[in-house]
Amino acid sequence: MNFADLNYAALFRATLPETVLEIATLTVLVVDLGFLRKAAMQVRVAAAALLGIAGCVVSVWAVTIAVRYVWGSDLLLTAGGSAEVAQVAILALTVLTLLLFIDSEFTRNPGEYVSVVLMAAAGGLIISAAQDLIVIFTGLELLSLSLYILTAFAKKSGKSAEAAIKYYIFGAMSAAFLLFGFSYLYGISGSTNLDRIVQESYFTSVSGGSPLLYLALAMIVTGLGFKVAAVPFHQWAPDTYEGAPIASASFIASVSKVASFALLISISVALAHGLGVGNPIRLVFFNLGPSPQLAGPQAQWALLLAIVSVASMIVGNLAALVQSSVRRLLAYSAIAHAGYILLGLAFFSSSLSAQAVLYYIVTYGLTTIGAFGVIGVVERAVGSDRLDAFLGLHKRNPLLAGVLLVLFLSLAGIPPLVGFWAKFNLFAAVLRASAGVVPFTLVALAIAFSAVSLYYYLQVLKRAYVMPATDDSPIKAHPVTLVVLVAIAVAVIVLGCFPALLQGWIAHFYPANVV
Amino acid sequence: MLAWTIYISFAGALMAALLPKDKPVVARWFALLVAVAGMVIAMAGYAAGMGQGRAVIVDALWIPSMGIHYLLAADGISRVLVLLTGIAAVAGILFSWNVELRVNEFFAFYLALIGGVYGVFLSGDLFLLFVFYEIAIVPKYFLIAIWGSTRREYGAMKLALYSFVGSAMVLIGLIAAYTTSGSHSTALTDLAHAGLPVSFQMWCFPMVFVGFAILAGMWPFHTWAPTGHVAAPTAASMLLAGVVMKLGAYGCLRVGIGLFPHGLDPWGFSFLGVGSWRDVFAWLAVIGIVYGALVALAQTDFKFVIGYSSVSHMGFVLLGLMTLNQIGLDGAVLQMFSHGVIAGLLFAIVGRVVYDRTHTRQFADLEKMHLARRLPFAAWAFVVAGVASMGMPGFSGFVAELQVLVGAWRVNPAWTAVSGIGIIVGVAYVWRALQRAFFTDAVATAHELESEQAHKFAPITWPEIAGVTLLGACTLAVGLYPRILLDSIEPAVKALLAGGAQ
Repeated sequence: MNFADLNYAALFRATLPETVLEIATLTVLVVDLGFLRKAAMQVRVAAAALLGIAGCVVSVWAVTIAVRYVWGSDLLLTAGGSAEVAQVAILALTVLTLLLFIDSEFTRNPGEYVSVVLMAAAGGLIISAAQDLIVIFTGLELLSLSLYILTAFAKKSGKSAEAAIKYYIFGAMSAAFLLFGFSYLYGISGSTNLDRIVQESYFTSVSGGSPLLYLALAMIVTGLGFKVAAVPFHQWAPDTYEGAPIASASFIASVSKVASFALLISISVALAHGLGVGNPIRLVFFNLGPSPQLAGPQAQWALLLAIVSVASMIVGNLAALVQSSVRRLLAYSAIAHAGYILLGLAFFSSSLSAQAVLYYIVTYGLTTIGAFGVIGVVERAVGSDRLDAFLGLHKRNPLLAGVLLVLFLSLAGIPPLVGFWAKFNLFAAVLRASAGVVPFTLVALAIAFSAVSLYYYLQVLKRAYVMPATDDSPIKAHPVTLVVLVAIAVAVIVLGCFPALLQGWIAHFYPANVV
Repeated sequence: MLAWTIYISFAGALMAALLPKDKPVVARWFALLVAVAGMVIAMAGYAAGMGQGRAVIVDALWIPSMGIHYLLAADGISRVLVLLTGIAAVAGILFSWNVELRVNEFFAFYLALIGGVYGVFLSGDLFLLFVFYEIAIVPKYFLIAIWGSTRREYGAMKLALYSFVGSAMVLIGLIAAYTTSGSHSTALTDLAHAGLPVSFQMWCFPMVFVGFAILAGMWPFHTWAPTGHVAAPTAASMLLAGVVMKLGAYGCLRVGIGLFPHGLDPWGFSFLGVGSWRDVFAWLAVIGIVYGALVALAQTDFKFVIGYSSVSHMGFVLLGLMTLNQIGLDGAVLQMFSHGVIAGLLFAIVGRVVYDRTHTRQFADLEKMHLARRLPFAAWAFVVAGVASMGMPGFSGFVAELQVLVGAWRVNPAWTAVSGIGIIVGVAYVWRALQRAFFTDAVATAHELESEQAHKFAPITWPEIAGVTLLGACTLAVGLYPRILLDSIEPAVKALLAGGAQ
């Protein structure tokens, strides 16, 4: 491979969405710092957010025309399929975050904030499509570094700085693990391309088995487990969710999650692909003898993910029960949800699993942004995100309370809201991918824990609807925020009543013969 | 036509939430109108469906990728239970006429619950049934937690979690049955004919059955019922006992027995005379009958007596299901209707007619109030409801419980013999409640008479009279001429016994 092969025209087309975002980033900076320095704060915030949104919208268009990028014989960036779904979702969720940002006052530098958000989104786009270790790492770092900055952005708040430093230290450690794991993979296979690594390591592990591979996979799970806040790499999440400015927290909880899970899907697809597409995979772990259907790195990957998944479900749900801060409660619930999704990735078969995982993470991201939006409004009015801040919300702002009701019940998985269908679809995909005692037990565990989760979601709703208010003064929300929140709640209801809408949209990105 | 019961209830819930907050009268009349419309449709649908078998009402592809249909269907059993729901809904609104707190929200949650209940009884698709089943959980929580009384937040949370755990078990069974059957459909008929392996049914049946039976108040998973009933506002406890517990029993019958008939087969070995899941659940039902009655006998709180009597009466439903013969299942379904009406009446009298005037439910306090003289309407209404509850011939409870006991005798006479104890104790606790709450021997002292004059009870209002009349007439009509329901139930049960699910 040499650089003469590098086709810049093709590279430009493949990275058009990211390029659009970068141009938008620069435009936001120029407009904000160049033309609007003297303007009122509200105008600056609105202008920056709107420019960012415009950038995202153009980028969505760019995603639809983006193509794969192949360098030499290696695929660097893919297009279509899961990558495209994830990219569109990332951009859509970024738009929602920016819409909720219009209302905020935590920063005097809206231009910089929006441009960092756009860069983070660009990082997310890259890792959704990346098929090569180097590209993956580059995108991941772009995303992570942007997120550290976003977390620290409320300069007047000590909590924000604390959250950022915790997030940064954990993030740096996990990036080191990830890079270490990548270097082993390269050492084993001599390639940085995902497909090729899987093929090489497949033969290596069948002939004699290589503990190095196991080690490499474990380190990668460590690195990516941090990104999706899976136990035991989750410690940053509660502090970051609690301390970060609300827009940053909702961005971390939604966009960054979608991107990280898209990356995990890429790895899982590569692993499934290495065994031949359409080959029914029956995973039976804890099996001492070599099983004919279970070979190569996929079983090890599945085992690691399953362990992390179970730990996340248990710790996330149990720890959420005792939280008194709603942001921390959402953080632990996010850990639990990551556990459910990891189950879908551990028992991964074809594009069916990918679709179920994407459906889950996209709808989860949507719901979470809405939940953070409600918390943001309440927090500004009451000055705290404690459970008691929500007392009497149904009187103080009935619409906001209604939105909260819909979103939290959806997170708990109550039909006919979208969260229920996402769970059903995911668990059905797990059992379709592999019918055995182990996956069945884990699904049963996940469903049992979602029954536990109802308790802590109801704790918040109980404050909002049941318990007497200590303060009856109405809570005012910015009209844009209110419209966005109501739109999210309506989407949660409509997508829950007609799951086929979103599912059909996701499915149309996949070639029919694979489904 | 029956499908409209669902739609108007949900539409009514939505509109009730949007009604002006400062006009409780409007909300009440609106809710009553919606409930009456539902009842009229249920009655018309019942009359039109007489002599017909299973009829599909709506069948539309809902989620193509998984073959899930929006399939509403009704057979004789569904029609009877829809009728019950319509009656209970109207009665519940009549007895919540005096709710003053957040009235429109109250009726919004109330109608949403009703809509979910109608939906469960009419679902012909397992997935759809589950969706409606879960929709009913959340309104229950808020009805109890906001408008309830004694330890309402505890009772509400306990009820919500028990329901949710039960439905989680059902959900596991649903996903397992769907993936195991390999059929690309979740319609009840398709799953029943999918030929699920016997070994699968053997473990899936008890899980799904218990999941539903939790809501039917099966011993030892009944503990949500007394606390929930007592904590709930009158209308909600009427609905809980009247129709929500029937959701559980209906699920046991339609899903548990309908989809996994081989789950009831003998295990091939027996331990202490128990050789199948059928024996296990029948004995649990029998224990529930006797235990509920005995505990009811020892209560000092009037409402707890009724709460535990519900556990006892629902035991008959579950025992009837486990007989798996025509007469036993007929009795079980009839008992669902009968208990729905009678328990509704009892809760209405205790919670609304008596408690809202005396502000106590303790027998020790009620004894001093001479209610038979001061509230003759309540006393005589309770006499009627009480004798109906204890199984006096001429009321619906007698016909239903007799059929269950005959059916049980044919399978295992021991079940009938032990359950008989429950009936005897049942007479005792009703008699005790009647005597202590209304007809005490104590002679009123001059001082008491004086304070009676000073604190006259509010007069009985027309909604109370209308509600008592409606429920009383139903139990009497079915008791005197059970064929009005049995003609519809029998063919449906026969079809169910003959062909697995349908």
